[in-house]
Amino acid sequence: MLPVLITLTSIVSSYGTDDQGALAHLIRYVLPNSLLNSLALTAGVCLLASAVGVTLAWLTVSCEFPLRSFFAWVLFLPLAVPGYVMAFAFVGLFEYGGSLHSLLRHYRADSGWLLNVYSFGAIVLVLALVLYPYVYLLARNAFQTLGQRSIEVGQSLGLSVRQSFFKVALPMARPWIAGGILLVAMETLADFGTVAVFNYDTLTTAIYQAWFSLFSLSAALKIAGILLLLVVVVTVLERHSRRQRQYAEGRNAARNSKRLELGFGAKTAALLFCSSIFMLAFVLPLGQLLYWALPNLSQELTVRFWSYVSGTVLLATLAMLVVVTMAVALVFIARQKKGLVVTSAVRLATLGYALPGTVLAIGIFVPIGYVDHWLHSKGLSSGLLQGSLLVMMMAYSVRFLAVAYTPLENNLLRVTPSIDLASESLGVAGMTMLRRVHLPLLGPGIVTAMVLVFVDVMKELPITLMTRPFGFNTLAVRVFELTSEGMWERAALPALAIVVVGFLPVYLLIRSTEVSPSVRASK
Amino acid sequence: MLLSISRYGHLLSASCSSHWLAALLCALCLSACGERVTESEAPSHAMAQEALHSEPSGSLIVYSSRNEPLIQPVFERYREISGVTIEYATDKAGVLIERLKAEGENTRADLLLTVDAGTLGFAASKGLFQRINSPIVNEVVPAHLRDIDNLWTGLSLRARTIVYSKERVDPAQLSTYAALGDPSWQGRLCLRTSKKVYNQSLVAMLISEFGEQETEQIVQSWVANLAIAPTSNDTQVMQAIINGQCDVGLVNTYYFGRMQVKQPDLPLALYWPNQGEAEGGVHINLSGIGLLKHSKNVAAAKAFVDWLVSDEAQAIFAGVNQEYPISSSTTVDPTVVAWGGFKSSEQPLSDAYRLQPTAVMLFDRVGYR
Repeated sequence: MLPVLITLTSIVSSYGTDDQGALAHLIRYVLPNSLLNSLALTAGVCLLASAVGVTLAWLTVSCEFPLRSFFAWVLFLPLAVPGYVMAFAFVGLFEYGGSLHSLLRHYRADSGWLLNVYSFGAIVLVLALVLYPYVYLLARNAFQTLGQRSIEVGQSLGLSVRQSFFKVALPMARPWIAGGILLVAMETLADFGTVAVFNYDTLTTAIYQAWFSLFSLSAALKIAGILLLLVVVVTVLERHSRRQRQYAEGRNAARNSKRLELGFGAKTAALLFCSSIFMLAFVLPLGQLLYWALPNLSQELTVRFWSYVSGTVLLATLAMLVVVTMAVALVFIARQKKGLVVTSAVRLATLGYALPGTVLAIGIFVPIGYVDHWLHSKGLSSGLLQGSLLVMMMAYSVRFLAVAYTPLENNLLRVTPSIDLASESLGVAGMTMLRRVHLPLLGPGIVTAMVLVFVDVMKELPITLMTRPFGFNTLAVRVFELTSEGMWERAALPALAIVVVGFLPVYLLIRSTEVSPSVRASK
Repeated sequence: MLLSISRYGHLLSASCSSHWLAALLCALCLSACGERVTESEAPSHAMAQEALHSEPSGSLIVYSSRNEPLIQPVFERYREISGVTIEYATDKAGVLIERLKAEGENTRADLLLTVDAGTLGFAASKGLFQRINSPIVNEVVPAHLRDIDNLWTGLSLRARTIVYSKERVDPAQLSTYAALGDPSWQGRLCLRTSKKVYNQSLVAMLISEFGEQETEQIVQSWVANLAIAPTSNDTQVMQAIINGQCDVGLVNTYYFGRMQVKQPDLPLALYWPNQGEAEGGVHINLSGIGLLKHSKNVAAAKAFVDWLVSDEAQAIFAGVNQEYPISSSTTVDPTVVAWGGFKSSEQPLSDAYRLQPTAVMLFDRVGYR
């Protein structure tokens, strides 16, 4: 939590510094439009991502249709596609003169109906396609743990498939879905890479403009303050949606139940929906990347390329362990001590996710600089700042704590207070209870958190850029190096590699949660 | 030739003087080992000299916003000829500057390399640099491409010029940047987003030439002529002209060069504007370098900067991205030569960092996104 506090302090302390010209200009000409754009974009992306994510989760968990288990895991893959890569692939596909236009014209077909890639809708679509997996994953988690029994009860009371979804499953999964939407909202607010491809102005682009073009970091930090305020509002809304409810349910809920059988029409619709999302979010953009990458293969596929791959895996693994451990600790502290102070402190600690990465990175860097100077003045040569893993991990923790925290917190909701009481009555309390009772029960949540953090760190750029040791490169850094001078086609290979490296953890995750009810029943 | 020898002599003495003791010790140690294994005679003076040459004699750290593919070949060449290893961290210039401010005197970095005169000027205004004061740099690099106080120097030039459709535009219709706002270009102009520093520095130049008010009218007339919304990069501007969405645009020449390599029969051509008497010339920005105040290897860093403006380094540095070398004696890449010569703006680039924010504010006022 400390790093977040430090960052926030440097933001707050920026108020009061003098930057009249830049700030006055921004308030008059830039902020009104940026603020509106940010709000509209966040609302649009949250709406679309949650609709897609929840529908897919419900279909793949609770319904039976052809290719269901295949879709269950591949539909999570777009999470491994960085937003700016998806954006650029979409521009390559849909822009006037892009791949799809050329293809259609080649067959003399009309291409006028294609998506206008520079419209607001296109930006919402691109962001929703990379972000829906958060909602999808958490909603799956919810539908699985809530079990089919409640739905069976509903059906025995005469509810149709649709009714059991809207009246039973959806309300019971609400905290999970809300948690997923919160992640989507935070990520959308903090996004820079994707909106920059579309030249769409948001609060984040205003922050970058103030900092890099108007040379006023303090004005940039003030806008970051507004952004954080927005996030606090969103967080409070999310908390509000789950107040006063207990979502605990029996642990063996999923056992001995079957998926819902769909009628022919519904089956076709489910299949169509899943495949079109899969096409749009994965097959088409990856095809475009492949189309770019192949001609440049010999140029990019060098020995150094493999060092980018190993660097990426190493970093993501390490960060995953550190961040998830911290999140587990935080979850337990929040469960043991339910005071207002603790609750708000925990909330505060997860805010880092909504800050644009570059702002967060510099926010961590500045205070560490003070520490470094202090150590130096005491005659200790610390070298703390020069690309040490400690700083890197600290920065990642600030950024990704929310990602690890959300699935854990929700899973802990499923651990009923009666379990705590039972274990205490058996003399198992405190750390022992944590180790022997809670951790095993948290299992799926921990796996989810680990995969989310792994994939997110793999895609992360600003923090990695600023804190990495000299000569240490990741795939994301390589993509940055090439795209900063517009070499998009050469960047396609490292971008593809990010997605491919993401396959394995995603596959393992879905497999570990895909011990299906029907399989169990048949055993 | 004489000049280059003296340069290398300077370089050698600089890099050796600080490390000669270590190198000598190392050479002695090596020779001792050699003796024990091969039982040969004691190494001659010449062998010790050789060891001194092949041993890396120190290293430098460069913070760079010029990306890795464009700097790595230059650094690698320097290591080969001097033995000095260059380590580097790449990031956005604004971030690197904040990082240097945070690191203060504890920084390990020796040099800051950027791709825009504005950010160099900003870093200088924050007191990050010390004077380079090199007779070689002062001789090779024209004064308007260096800082007034020699806190930084340009290394290569990026020209931003007009690109047009060979099919639909007669170059005789073109004249100046400002003339792109003429009503005859209504719905025929394509521009990249105003958020890119290239456009900011171009308009900063116009401001220092025409003043803020007149420049605002020029930019306004450009915006009125736009055929499509501003694109997010230069290549898209050229693509849009190829697609027939517009007829003219503004690009940095090396983007045109890159496209030309892939499609030799490109239906586009470059036009050099503002070539008339008192019209100022083609806008250029630069990639440049500054010597950091808290560098711990000032002598080695200066030697490296001296080498960077040498013909050999210039050929790699500018050539790798089809930019223009800072030194007029360097042979230019043949594709670049084929685009023809031009008169470039001679306004001092030291002012860029003060004028660029003015340009950005102007963009916001006229709604150039």
